Amino acid sequence: MADPLLPVVGQPQVNEPGTALESIAEEVVRFPGGGLAMLRSDALFHWAQKSSMWPLTFGLACCAIEMMATAAGRFDLDRFGIFMRPTPRQSDVMIIAGTVTIKMAPRIRTLYDQMAHPKWVISMGSCANSGDHYRNVYSVVPGVDHVIPVDIYVAGCPPTPEALLEGIFALQRKIMEGDRAGA
Amino acid sequence: MSGGPIEIVEREFGDLALNMGPQHPSTHGVLRLVLHLSGETVIKAVPVIGYLHRGVEKLSEHLAYDQLAPVYERDDYLAPTANSNAYVLAVERLGAIAVPKRAQWLRAFVSEWQRVSSHLVWLGTLGLDLGGALGGGTTLYMYCFREREKILDFLEELTGTRYHTNFNLVGGVRYDLEPAMAAKSEALAAGIEAALPELWSMSGGNPIFQERTRGVGVISKDLALGVGITGPTLRGSGIAYDVRRSAPYDAYGELEFAVVTRTAGDAEARFQVRMDEIAVSLKLVTQIAAGLPPGPVFTRKPLKNPKTTKLPKGEVYAAVESPRGELGFHIVSDGTAKPYRLKINAPSFKNLQVVQHVLPGGLVADVVAILGSLDPVLGDVDR
Amino acid sequence: MPAPEIVQALATRFSATPTSLGVELPAASMLDAFRALRDVYGYRYYVQGTGLERETTYEVVHAVRSLDVNDTLFVTVAVPKQAPEVDSIAFIYAGAEWQEREIWDLFGVSFKGHPDPRRILMPDEYPGHPLRKSFAMDTPWGYRPATAVVPEPGS
Repeated sequence: MADPLLPVVGQPQVNEPGTALESIAEEVVRFPGGGLAMLRSDALFHWAQKSSMWPLTFGLACCAIEMMATAAGRFDLDRFGIFMRPTPRQSDVMIIAGTVTIKMAPRIRTLYDQMAHPKWVISMGSCANSGDHYRNVYSVVPGVDHVIPVDIYVAGCPPTPEALLEGIFALQRKIMEGDRAGA
Repeated sequence: MSGGPIEIVEREFGDLALNMGPQHPSTHGVLRLVLHLSGETVIKAVPVIGYLHRGVEKLSEHLAYDQLAPVYERDDYLAPTANSNAYVLAVERLGAIAVPKRAQWLRAFVSEWQRVSSHLVWLGTLGLDLGGALGGGTTLYMYCFREREKILDFLEELTGTRYHTNFNLVGGVRYDLEPAMAAKSEALAAGIEAALPELWSMSGGNPIFQERTRGVGVISKDLALGVGITGPTLRGSGIAYDVRRSAPYDAYGELEFAVVTRTAGDAEARFQVRMDEIAVSLKLVTQIAAGLPPGPVFTRKPLKNPKTTKLPKGEVYAAVESPRGELGFHIVSDGTAKPYRLKINAPSFKNLQVVQHVLPGGLVADVVAILGSLDPVLGDVDR
Repeated sequence: MPAPEIVQALATRFSATPTSLGVELPAASMLDAFRALRDVYGYRYYVQGTGLERETTYEVVHAVRSLDVNDTLFVTVAVPKQAPEVDSIAFIYAGAEWQEREIWDLFGVSFKGHPDPRRILMPDEYPGHPLRKSFAMDTPWGYRPATAVVPEPGS
């Protein structure tokens, strides 16, 4: 059954009142004036986490520009509850967008350690996935997963905003399952 | 406790070394600035770069000439075809490889579209820097990116990707421009030109913006020449040097365009130069699309194995005018199929150096305005 | 192609020899030649500084430009590999400061009198000069500066 929370491309998404809760609750009883829903706290917390992911602004190279374009008006991350924060203390997702060099790697680790649990990492672009065509160069870390644990890999050089959005939706599904690569 | 005036003693606490970056929303990439402050005044600014050093120059010594053009598109990632344009110019000059006229005009066409796109990103991020992400700067950012998306759509239809277009080949270009696309480009240019007054009023016409950029970060002519800054930063200080006019390449010898300069040398002058350059580029793309010469776009024999194209021994330097300034490639060849030494003359590397001379004496709040007006791209700085 | 007048002038005054893009200067007359280029001949615009490794020498190539005659001159100074040291022109052209730091970082040629002789692109404690021919491109990145935090397994 298609997840009613994921927008279908090309069709306007009309949310019936209450469908969001219905999709995660185990039992919902509606009566005039309101309703009663029974669900596990896990499902509620995960739903809250996935609906308000706040990424750290962490663009390194060209993928940062595509990330900025995804946050801009046409693709609009704000409608998914995603709101870029400049400090790791206030964010729970880190989108590594660009090449990781040996000079930058300790800083990435420091920033990751400063984020509070629960936290997730999206590796955006070929450079962060595997080093791209720089993987054999002396100053490049071939993939950010040598430095921090990664949840979702988004392929592309750079990934189009649609691809990044698909990666974000995949992370949302992962969060709903309660799975994460970090601690 | 009895009467008498209360003495207020001001104590100097000494310098504060404030670390800005490498992760910072306003440093335009992974730049680290160590600011030594006394109160709010900057005494010394030490930029630390190298956080994006990908060893492109060493990588170039291991790849063949025909393979290398897409590698450089990741350097100055806001105007990728400018990098590969400079590279293929250098290779063609050294190897005496003929390029058809239509290909030259198409290179200029895509370069000018990417100049507009790059300046729109610059303006949008300048809005974010000066206005704040939650304080109105985001409006300018959204408007600029809305216009830019239309340009990226056009480039996607022409080349298949949004901005690392992989457009330039040694000896020509990869894609051709059909009349339908030329008509689309004209409509797009008219649309963006119509949107420019609104962008002007949101930025240059805003009194807060004027306060924050007028008289800020003045670069004198002597400093500009000694440090070697290029591009709109140089032209904002009154020196009318534009590679398209002084050392014409591609189609620029036959095109009419204005070289925009201002004399004030402050951040506002650099802002005005770039805004005028957007208008100049929009006129240029219409001129190019209208006057495109007919013919093929790639005339070299199909290569059985691209890794065997050898260049004669020697050295060459070729430069283009990227949105940041003079982007040059200095190639030293030893007669084999791979470069012996390839040096990229990166405009952002030189422009960023002026920060050490211009930030001291200003306020902390001016740091962001000055960095924004220099428009550095860290992929270009670190290569 | 550089203007023949400047090549001739440098050849007579500073014993420069012409190269394909400019001149080659002996290391001894380097500082005087650059001062003359900037003050007397009008080559005030600094374009780039690059390093180059040959069989037995390292070459430092500074490019300067005169905006009046619109000419770019590439000035080469060669130093032997056993003693890779050359004068710094950072006090003559301010732009040379960072370019010379990059040449030190990537080639290992040191500059006498440089105001800030640190590495610029590689980490400060990096052992090696990457653009030398003897340095393998895929030298393992496993080098970790002292401040790195090694991720724990399972974290």
